[in-house]
Amino acid sequence: MALSGMRGLSVFISDIRNCQNKEQERLRVDKELGNVRTRFKNEKGLTPYEKKKYVWKMLYIYMLGYDVDFGHMEAVSLISAPKYPEKQVALQSIGTTNMVGYIVTSSLLNENHDFLRLAINTVRNDIIGRNETFQCLALTMVGNIGGREFAESLAPDVQKLLISSSCRPLVRKKAALCLLRLFRKNPDVVNVDGWSDRMAQLLDERDLGVLTSSMSLLVALVSNNHEAYWSCLPKCVKTLERLARNQDIPQEYTYYGIPSPWLQVSVCVCVCNFLLSVISHTFRKRKNEILREVKTMRALQYFPTVEDPNTRRSLFEVLQRILMGTDVVKNVNKNNASHAVLFEALALVMHLDAENEMMSQCVALLGKFIAVREPNIRYLGLENMTRMLMVTDVHDIIKRHQAQIITSLKDPDISIRRRALDLLYGMCDVSNAKDIVEELLQYLSTADFAMREELSLKAAILAEKFAPDLSWYVDVILQLIDKAGDFVSDDIWFRVVQFVTNNEDLQPYAAAKAREYLDKPAIHETMVKVSAYLLGEYSHLLARRPGCSPKEIFSAIHEKLPTVSTTTIPILLSTYAKILMHTQPPDPELQKHVWAIFSKYESCIDVEIQQRAIEYFALSSKGAALMDILAEMPKFPERQSALIKKAEVAEVDTAEQSAIKLRAQQHMTNALVVTDQHSSNGTPQSVGQLSLVKIPSISGDVGSSCQEHTSADQELSQANGTLATVDPQPPSADLLGDLLGPLAIEGLPGAAVLSEPNAVSGLEGVPIPADDAAAIVPVEKDTNSVQPIGNINERFYALCLKDSGVLYEDPNIQIGIKAEWRAQHGRLVLFLGNKNTFPLLSVQALILPPVHLKIELSLVPETIPPRAQVQCPLEVMNLHPSRDVAVLDFSYKCGTSMANVKLRLPAVLNKFLQPITVSAEEFFPQWRSLSGPPLKLQEVVRGVRPLSLIDMANIFTSFQLTVCQGLDPNPNNLIASTTFYSETIRPMLCLIRIETDPTDRTQLRITVASGDPTLTFELMEFIKEQLAGIPTAPRPPAPPAAPGAQPTNPAAPVAQPTNPAALTDPGDLLAGLL
Amino acid sequence: MIQFVLLISRQGKVRLTKWYSPYTQKERSKVIRELSGVILTRGPKLCNFVEWRGLKVVYKRYASLYFCMCIDQDDNELEVLEIIHHFVEILDRYFGSVCELDLIFNFHKAYYVLDEILIAGELQESSKKTVARLIAAQDSLVETAKEQASSISNIIAQATK
Repeated sequence: MALSGMRGLSVFISDIRNCQNKEQERLRVDKELGNVRTRFKNEKGLTPYEKKKYVWKMLYIYMLGYDVDFGHMEAVSLISAPKYPEKQVALQSIGTTNMVGYIVTSSLLNENHDFLRLAINTVRNDIIGRNETFQCLALTMVGNIGGREFAESLAPDVQKLLISSSCRPLVRKKAALCLLRLFRKNPDVVNVDGWSDRMAQLLDERDLGVLTSSMSLLVALVSNNHEAYWSCLPKCVKTLERLARNQDIPQEYTYYGIPSPWLQVSVCVCVCNFLLSVISHTFRKRKNEILREVKTMRALQYFPTVEDPNTRRSLFEVLQRILMGTDVVKNVNKNNASHAVLFEALALVMHLDAENEMMSQCVALLGKFIAVREPNIRYLGLENMTRMLMVTDVHDIIKRHQAQIITSLKDPDISIRRRALDLLYGMCDVSNAKDIVEELLQYLSTADFAMREELSLKAAILAEKFAPDLSWYVDVILQLIDKAGDFVSDDIWFRVVQFVTNNEDLQPYAAAKAREYLDKPAIHETMVKVSAYLLGEYSHLLARRPGCSPKEIFSAIHEKLPTVSTTTIPILLSTYAKILMHTQPPDPELQKHVWAIFSKYESCIDVEIQQRAIEYFALSSKGAALMDILAEMPKFPERQSALIKKAEVAEVDTAEQSAIKLRAQQHMTNALVVTDQHSSNGTPQSVGQLSLVKIPSISGDVGSSCQEHTSADQELSQANGTLATVDPQPPSADLLGDLLGPLAIEGLPGAAVLSEPNAVSGLEGVPIPADDAAAIVPVEKDTNSVQPIGNINERFYALCLKDSGVLYEDPNIQIGIKAEWRAQHGRLVLFLGNKNTFPLLSVQALILPPVHLKIELSLVPETIPPRAQVQCPLEVMNLHPSRDVAVLDFSYKCGTSMANVKLRLPAVLNKFLQPITVSAEEFFPQWRSLSGPPLKLQEVVRGVRPLSLIDMANIFTSFQLTVCQGLDPNPNNLIASTTFYSETIRPMLCLIRIETDPTDRTQLRITVASGDPTLTFELMEFIKEQLAGIPTAPRPPAPPAAPGAQPTNPAAPVAQPTNPAALTDPGDLLAGLL
Repeated sequence: MIQFVLLISRQGKVRLTKWYSPYTQKERSKVIRELSGVILTRGPKLCNFVEWRGLKVVYKRYASLYFCMCIDQDDNELEVLEIIHHFVEILDRYFGSVCELDLIFNFHKAYYVLDEILIAGELQESSKKTVARLIAAQDSLVETAKEQASSISNIIAQATK
């Protein structure tokens, strides 16, 4: 089929096809773009046909992946091409032009595109117009790219079309999906009150096209508000019956003999959504979270059922029919279509409160599927079996298929291998852990790179959780390190050390194993670390075995020294010192050797190594005193596995996470995992097995300060007992944190209980309320009966620099925050955790955004169940530079009292900065080209907090400003660069220069330059705040600061968060906040 | 919901793209690059699903062309696989045993067809007959418009002579 009439386009496509390489193609494309651009510029000569042709060309170029930064206007203008009904010819020719306009527009543009706003009116006229062709075109475009503005202005019209009796099916089905799009994107804008009756009517629709589209719409409506649509459920079941029995289905709607498989799938999804949304509304959780936790829900008898007995019976009958009536046939498409329905029916049965018989039918079917040769069915069999595990207690039946599943782990297809791994992970328990983990280990050596990390993490977790005995656990982890050392994170080997230290029986075994691995010719550095540590502590237990004399062990370890990095050397030095100490009577030769090593490292450039070398040298010359100082490591307090914690926090895979949680609850008693139940503060845990969701440990400010506290304690006690045997460098500060950190949140209720009775919380660490009153603005004095825990200001300032932590906490609730920033976009998740054993009611969260931020907060549940945590995602978009801060107005009811707090959200200027390194060649031309105000501002600031250049550089780095070394010839000056992202201006390079006076550190000259005057100003003010630590702009004397004075309103300085001068006046602060 | 539809040739050339979720041009290129790397290298006897960035891509190869649709994690894979086949059958009927060249030179027609099958990433019509009828009606609309436009320009040309 030739492209009659559009020769230019065909020629262009052939030209592109004839290009030999990418270079030629680009040249041809550039040429064409140039051509189109000039033609568009002198628009006068363009006929609608030409316009159409050029727009198609642009679409083609765009599809190839090239940027087309012009002509959008022309595409949009094709939509608005004038129509003259009286001139039929013109109408039709424009009709086609119009069509092009719509399709190209919807392909070229995203929903956020400005140009689309221009088209809304025309689109609306088309939708409400009488011309069916135009209606269809307009609906298709809106359905494919409709955004918020479209929803606001078009939704009512689209709704009218959908239920209009005068419209033909072809318009109505498009209207249904168009409405679905608008509703999905902006459920708050599309008004669907009273739509349940209309949806019920639509389900009686004869035309299956309209019915299919309407069913998709209903799926979305139900997940949003199931109660309103409950009346539609019987009709859904009837539709499914009609389809499954093939009653009254037009021939053209059967697909390979199956009555519209798509509609059947859709109905099953819809019914399933009814059931799931009941739960998701009770618990305010997302659908896929619910999916993973159905089992727990069921245990709590929260599981909804289809109550109407007739509907229930029909549904069961039809599901039974689908389950039993699906045969494997030769035709691939027929097979796929029937199995698509079958799998959906299976999923529905899983979530229905079905009889056991039906459930076991499902398991039997799945068992059959995972053994077939057809890869698609096998994949889906494995996937659904994993889902089934989450939902019901079918462990024992599934275990029968273990061998088959393990075969799939070796399948040539990585998709299937992944599913098999997930399933094995899910089905593992104490009884089969040994087999499964060994299988995983065996597979690890041949597994492809893409899977190794996941594999080793999963193997480590399983080994830890279900170890039948500890020596097996040690074996597994050492093998893991041996086979996939690169993928074994520090957490894993720290955990081994913990276990070995805490179990005396295990120590000789572990040391012997470590000794064996040292004999291997090439071992991974992690292996060197763990063996050195273990042998340092416990090698004396092996002393009588062959090859285990202190000398031999020393030389085995020392052999590895040249191959390891500087982080490992300190561990080796400690080991040497320990070996020396354990060698009784002292071996002068060994001593000489070790001392030689110590003195060699005494001048090491690495401070940690140097310090250890010097200290160990001095200590070991003291003789017997060494014994006391280098005594064995004390036992570690029991705690939750850092691995499991990590898996929970990382949110890698929700399925995995909740599997961990479920398992942790089920196997608390027989596994090694020390769950939070045994937290040291001994708070009685009323939740136990049935707790819905464990509040994960957001190690926020309190958490980490608590951690620091204990680790400091621990360090103290270590100093008494032994000399630091673990290196306190950054990686191992981590180690201390991980090994010793208590569970942040589980540790807290105790503290909360303590502080509750103290109306004036005078506890140590809890700041004076007066200070807080500044940040919490009481709406009415008496409503705020709860006192916050911790300093809200400090928390805010800390969060300005970090991306996760606690934003607010009081005896009832903890609000954690986790943020991800990418260019001008930010995604924050608020974690609202109820700390009580009773629900928090009337929870409300409002965002008061400043003008420069666009913030969308998802629905916040009205109730937070006891000891549960809800997550509320928050989308932030930066429109233009400003230092104003968004405020979260949060309130809840606890008992009879209302609590209300206003919290600043850490969506501050520096979050939209990204560090960038600028070379001298780039810097100077840029610096010179930005000459003078308003693009370049300079200011001398006096009376600042004296800071050394290094401190200043650190502050800069923490705010995402790159400090460029050596650009400024004067060593007292500092140059920094960064990129600022916002929606309205392109990514903007910002350059900063600070000139200091070495004789007077309290004065600075700051120069800021960027391509945008507002940005320059805001950044200048921002830096002044950070460096100066004093109010920078003249502050109006009276508290009621006009909102118009925003730019001059300094937010409280970050560098000195507790600066009392800035914080004591609540009025000022309120003004600063809003 | 279908997030996007890609048609990629065996050599990795893009033949058609349709995005139902907003992706910037840069992201689009990245997605295409990544997915061609994953999908084109897969052997013939493997399953038709690939897990990718928390989503799933259902693909099927027809001659030298890979049809890919990206869906959410809990969507029904087989259903989407058959949507692909449904699309191919309609293209086949429309072009008369469709080949890659048809789609290259008539990519705009392929868009018309796709728009009759999917809207908002959901299936809108499962009857091949209905889709064929609608496309035929559109085509005839274009044809008459063209004829009449040319006759008008003839008239104008004659009148201005």
